[in-house]
Amino acid sequence: MSYSAKVLSLLENCGATEGDRIIVETGQKKMEGILMPHHSFSNPDVIILKLGNGYNVGIRVSDSTRVRLIEKAISKSMKRSEYAPQIERKTISVIGTGGTIASYVDYRTGAVHPALMADELVSAVPEISEICNVRAEVLFSIFSENMTVQRWQALAEAVADKLGEGVEGCIIPHGTDTMGYTAAALSFMFESLPRPVILVGAQRSSDRPSSDAYTNLIAAARFAVESDVAEICVLMHESPSDTSALIHRGTKVRKMHTSRRDAFKSINAWPIARIHFEGGIEYLSDYRKKNGNRVILKKEMEENVALLYFFPGMSVSKFENILREHRGIVIAGSGLGHVSSDMVHSIARAIRSGTTVVMTSQCLYGRTNLNVYDTGRDLLAAGVIPGEDMLPETAYVKLMWVLAHAASEKDIESMMRENLRGEISQRRELDE
Amino acid sequence: MNSEAIIGLEIHQQLDTKKLFCSCDSTLVDLEGLTFTRRLRPTQSELGDVDRAALAEAEKRMKFNYQAPRGVSCLVEADEEPPHDANRDAIEIGLTIASLLNAAPVDEIHFMRKIVIDGSNTTGFQRTALIALDGSIEINNKRISIPTICLEEDAARKIEIKTGEVTYRLDRLGIPLIEIATGPELHTPEEVKIAAQKIGSVLRATKRVKRGIGTIREDLNISIPGGARVEIKGVQELRMLPIYVSKEIERQKMLLEISEILRSRSVPEVTPHFFDCTEIFRNTRSKIVRSSISSGGKVLVLPLKGFAGVLKSADNRFRLGAELAQYARSKGAGGIFHTDELPGYGIDEVMVATVRKTLGLEENDAFVMCADLPTKVERILEAVALRANYALIGVPEETRDPLPDGTTAYSRPLPGAARMYPETDVKPITVDVELITRIRERLPELPESKVKRFVSQYGIHEQQAEQIIREGFEEIFEEIASKWGLGSIAAKTLLNTFPELEREGVGVYSIDDARIKELFQALYDNRFAKEALPDILRLIAKGIPLEKTIEDLGLKTISMDEAVAIIERIVEQRREFIEERKMNAMGPLMGEVMSQLRGKIDGKIASELLRKAIARIIGD
Repeated sequence: MSYSAKVLSLLENCGATEGDRIIVETGQKKMEGILMPHHSFSNPDVIILKLGNGYNVGIRVSDSTRVRLIEKAISKSMKRSEYAPQIERKTISVIGTGGTIASYVDYRTGAVHPALMADELVSAVPEISEICNVRAEVLFSIFSENMTVQRWQALAEAVADKLGEGVEGCIIPHGTDTMGYTAAALSFMFESLPRPVILVGAQRSSDRPSSDAYTNLIAAARFAVESDVAEICVLMHESPSDTSALIHRGTKVRKMHTSRRDAFKSINAWPIARIHFEGGIEYLSDYRKKNGNRVILKKEMEENVALLYFFPGMSVSKFENILREHRGIVIAGSGLGHVSSDMVHSIARAIRSGTTVVMTSQCLYGRTNLNVYDTGRDLLAAGVIPGEDMLPETAYVKLMWVLAHAASEKDIESMMRENLRGEISQRRELDE
Repeated sequence: MNSEAIIGLEIHQQLDTKKLFCSCDSTLVDLEGLTFTRRLRPTQSELGDVDRAALAEAEKRMKFNYQAPRGVSCLVEADEEPPHDANRDAIEIGLTIASLLNAAPVDEIHFMRKIVIDGSNTTGFQRTALIALDGSIEINNKRISIPTICLEEDAARKIEIKTGEVTYRLDRLGIPLIEIATGPELHTPEEVKIAAQKIGSVLRATKRVKRGIGTIREDLNISIPGGARVEIKGVQELRMLPIYVSKEIERQKMLLEISEILRSRSVPEVTPHFFDCTEIFRNTRSKIVRSSISSGGKVLVLPLKGFAGVLKSADNRFRLGAELAQYARSKGAGGIFHTDELPGYGIDEVMVATVRKTLGLEENDAFVMCADLPTKVERILEAVALRANYALIGVPEETRDPLPDGTTAYSRPLPGAARMYPETDVKPITVDVELITRIRERLPELPESKVKRFVSQYGIHEQQAEQIIREGFEEIFEEIASKWGLGSIAAKTLLNTFPELEREGVGVYSIDDARIKELFQALYDNRFAKEALPDILRLIAKGIPLEKTIEDLGLKTISMDEAVAIIERIVEQRREFIEERKMNAMGPLMGEVMSQLRGKIDGKIASELLRKAIARIIGD
């Protein structure tokens, strides 16, 4: 909600805008303070003032209310520390996609400003300049739920450019909601990757003293410089403690909690490494090493692909068209990879009309197996491709990429079942 | 002179609801639960001032361990989940208190994040909202303003402090607190006490505030003319407030006097220049100094030109040394020695004289010495030098911790202006006319009307009723009075026996309400007579169970027949005395009777039985 007409005209008439010092007077009641931005859940008739003691209060405006402007806001320029790159240090590229990986708080208005450029970033996170030189740029400024295939492609190009310039690695601050999808997309797009690309997020925003943004960012810089890993990875906290972060493989990682710092988990895989915040990196599984190869970027994607979540009672008539209209469909089926028998028939018809259908499991943990039950066998007979132990999201991204790059129909199935970027594992052990 | 002191009082009272931003129980527990470790990072302000940077440096290496017991902490306290909507109960209780204090509620409540990076809040900020403005109370026919009333979350409980590491428990974090601040309009210890009692009785009137030690905490802001604002933070015992106030006034006066003396001696600024005197003290009898040297430490000396006699005067009036020692302790020192107390503590006159001679000190000069690890000892003496320089000016602004003996100790510099920004995760709360009307219609009984009701309903004196409410006994009193009809005995016990016992050193005020109720239940059941109450209280204050107390004191009440038999026996033995003194024998004999029957039978009944027995003999 925004201001009511009454409030708007009061503010306009005295020329007051956010950050100005004003007096709001209703009868005997008189309050002086700084005009604050209107909160979306605030009553439309309420003006929010920051009082001299630092508190914000809402003041309801009535017909007899008068507003006076006392003083216009004085804009203060942010103090920046001089940033001078050092020759002996390696250079890291930081490519911003949104969210505030580092920020400044204006305690006068409560506004939170992101640190956008390298010098701002370094003055907000001075530790980073002891690890590497930074080249920072902001590619997009979006919430990660607004990520699109085009943006994956633009991001991949930016990464390819930076790696081509010879940076030691790329760090991509990313909103956490769809960070797993972006990591998978980049994984498939880079057929050859000489140095690491690390997506890093934060579950507590960087304006808070308890933010995990800083420790994660510093750990990412250390990992890019100190390790010899050259993969697309995701870096987040390992636990609620500020003691270590995990490096997850981009095709095996999923956000498994809405709010915890350790929301990201490697599913059906060990993480690649553990980074101790007080020093040291522990390697937990095999990985591709840094190399002198040229970057090969294959960024084409078939966008006419959908991801369906099966549920009991799923109506065939409603989904029949969806199945048929898409070039590819990934289903998160129940258990080993099942759907209702009604749906099996519908899927069979879609496959006959040219749709590629890949089956994954909503269990997330474990491998699909379409040999065990009748439904599974029927799905196989209908031409459904088992997604092995791929995450549904990874299979979705992979199918988009495979459909754009497979030479023939036959190739689609073999590419989907082949482990291209660490997305499929052959064996899993009991202790995982 | 006292009347010139300027004092503000800030009261923090826990509300008896679930937590403010989640539905955890707001109780303290003896469990550790799961633990995790965090660090906090001061976020940069655009203005990035220097002392903040220094603070960042200081806090950067601090490690915070958190204990998260089940039931009383959840993901919200662990800062692993955004806060839920603010607790409605807490808001309504807050607005009720605001109304009772004649304050005007704000139209919309906005929670703020107040930056606190000592680890006591997992988020690094305390959530706090201003809910009402411009309240007041009246004391001694004087209006004391209450400019602000806030609702905020309590901090985590400090469990352990180690170098570079603090452990907190999350049970207390998030308990709703109402914060009531008076204007700087109080001037005497007595006024502070009355204001605190008055506000306390208003809080309790809601019956929705937590009771018991630690559930209400008071901060005092005190300055005297020429002095400076000193904040005494976290007083838990209301009855100690006037003592802290008068001692702080004395302390500030002392510091002003010292600064005058130093000025009259034209004492120059103290330079933090230290002298290594390890060799001089190598063979001292002081165990502390010796063991410090042998474990690689050194003894550094800070000369204080012109400070002789003010560090600790012979009449103990000047005690600047203690202030220096508190600054030293804040840097991790075990202690320091200064010349006003030397020779002593195993440091002999020759050593002191050697130092004086080596450093060329004169009669009016003093020095402070400290033995510690080389890295630490300089930081310690730097703090001492800093504090010594404040003494030239007078009173330094600072935050002090209250100590159980009524004195205070330096804890840290006064915090700067609070850094606050909006808590965008919590929705603003509209305070509309309907809500305010509903609250005003359901206001609890005010202390003044409770006094009248107690007088008429339970037959106690008005002064007693007032005192009961002032001292916070209204709930327990009313329960005893209404349940067992023991109002006047309860009043007498709480108002007279308690202070008497307290003066004897019996910790009666720490006996919890449940045990007091148990005591009066037993009295009502005629398990003992009311005369035994002081003796029983002495024992149960030590934690001895009531049953055992009754047994140990031999208080099993006796039947009327037994009592008559005992009295008859006494009367027979003193027959001659009675015949001689007639009814006047009553007094002397009563003493003898009570020495055998105290606590076993009500004194009035014993007296009546004795009267009858004497009358019978006289009548013979």
